[in-house]
Amino acid sequence: MIHFVVHDENDSVGVVVVEGVKAGATLTGWIMDQDKEITFKAANDIPIGHKLAIKPLAKGDTVIKYGTDIGRVVAPIGLGEHAHVHNIKTKRW
Amino acid sequence: MDLSKATFWGYKRENGRIGVRNHVIILPVDDLSNAAAEAVAHNIKGTLALPHPYGRLQFGADLDLHFRTLIGTGANPNVAAVVVICIEEGWAKKVADGIAATGKPVAYFGIEQHGDHDTIMRASKKAKEFVQWASELRREERPLKDLWVSTKCGESDTTSGCGANPTVGNAFDKMYPHGVTMVFGETTELTGGEHLVAARCRTDEVRKKFQFMFDRYQAVVEAHKTSDLSDSQPTKGNIEGGLTTIEEKALGNIQKIGRKCMVDGVLDKAEAPTGPGLWFMDSSSAAAEMVTLVAAAGYVVHFFPTGQGNVIGNPILPVIKLCANPRTVRTMSEHIDVDVSGLLRKEMSPDQAGDALLECMFRTANGRLTAAEALGHREFVLTRLYESA
Repeated sequence: MIHFVVHDENDSVGVVVVEGVKAGATLTGWIMDQDKEITFKAANDIPIGHKLAIKPLAKGDTVIKYGTDIGRVVAPIGLGEHAHVHNIKTKRW
Repeated sequence: MDLSKATFWGYKRENGRIGVRNHVIILPVDDLSNAAAEAVAHNIKGTLALPHPYGRLQFGADLDLHFRTLIGTGANPNVAAVVVICIEEGWAKKVADGIAATGKPVAYFGIEQHGDHDTIMRASKKAKEFVQWASELRREERPLKDLWVSTKCGESDTTSGCGANPTVGNAFDKMYPHGVTMVFGETTELTGGEHLVAARCRTDEVRKKFQFMFDRYQAVVEAHKTSDLSDSQPTKGNIEGGLTTIEEKALGNIQKIGRKCMVDGVLDKAEAPTGPGLWFMDSSSAAAEMVTLVAAAGYVVHFFPTGQGNVIGNPILPVIKLCANPRTVRTMSEHIDVDVSGLLRKEMSPDQAGDALLECMFRTANGRLTAAEALGHREFVLTRLYESA
């Protein structure tokens, strides 16, 4: 069963595609572009559609999704942690 | 899906364009004429009024856009005939003349010196004549290239970028070699991915025009923003759905133009394309505004991917909704025409999802009502450029 998807293997985040993911759950991820599977442990409860970090991210790092820059890290994000507006901001506007 | 011999059944209009709906519309030029237009549509069954809040004391480019949108709406081949109503007869005639250039039946009425009662009576007589005439028109079989297809997504979330939007991209990639006329837009929602669109422009001239439109819109945002726009782009719904930044939203948005299509040209708002291929239209990213603009440009079927569940429709343009978010598909099923949530469970391939959308497109073009049509969603929203005089 697929719990999260990743667009590209170089991305720093994946997207949870099932409801009810709880902290501690072991998740199977599908890397779409390379058609590979990976396994990760969720560090937080993560709602459907929200992201988890699959690479450790430090403050100031660039977040990569679709193989492209989607913003900057404003608070450190550990592996499997919820990555969203509380720790990532736009570089535009 | 082999599209080389694909056909659909549509209405051939006087100017050669093919429509997939057969509406007789009652078109008010301004807010003051809504009451009369709605009364006519109430009197004459099978006609449709398109009320809206604008049309008084606009000027310059904003007024030009107002006329272009109204004339384009009436000229759309999904419309068989039009009754135009305006407080002033002169502007009713201006809009009617613009629509009449297509050769379709148009009549116009001014309210001043008549009042609502007399206007409604005269317009109703004409509307009855038009709707009975239109009811005898018949569909004919046409090649796929005669279909004009638009796209714009809404209430996007992260599933849009990995499911519903790439499904539109797959369908666009399949139709592109067959000479279908297609369009995408949402200028500010390309922010962070504009370089990817620029790289897909067919010529330097197209690229320059695209970049000009993009930069112009960025300047509007810069001039008016009071914060980083983080409450507007992404929207609250986008953020609830997991989208974090405009860049992430834009990269998901751009999945709609597939991987092979080139951007063949750039259109101003509500401007009709001059040939087949994929066009970019400079436009707002607000769903009903953008869909109204592409309907006014002459598109006849619309692909609307959603994540969190935008419920939009349009009075004359059938809006096909597709969704990959299993929660939305479960909680808002009456709004979804094509469920592609199987993509995210690896139960459906991108090719299968694209084919499912195309199959729904052909059925819709042949006359099947979309969810939005059946539910009565008729959002008709005119884009304003600035204050009235």
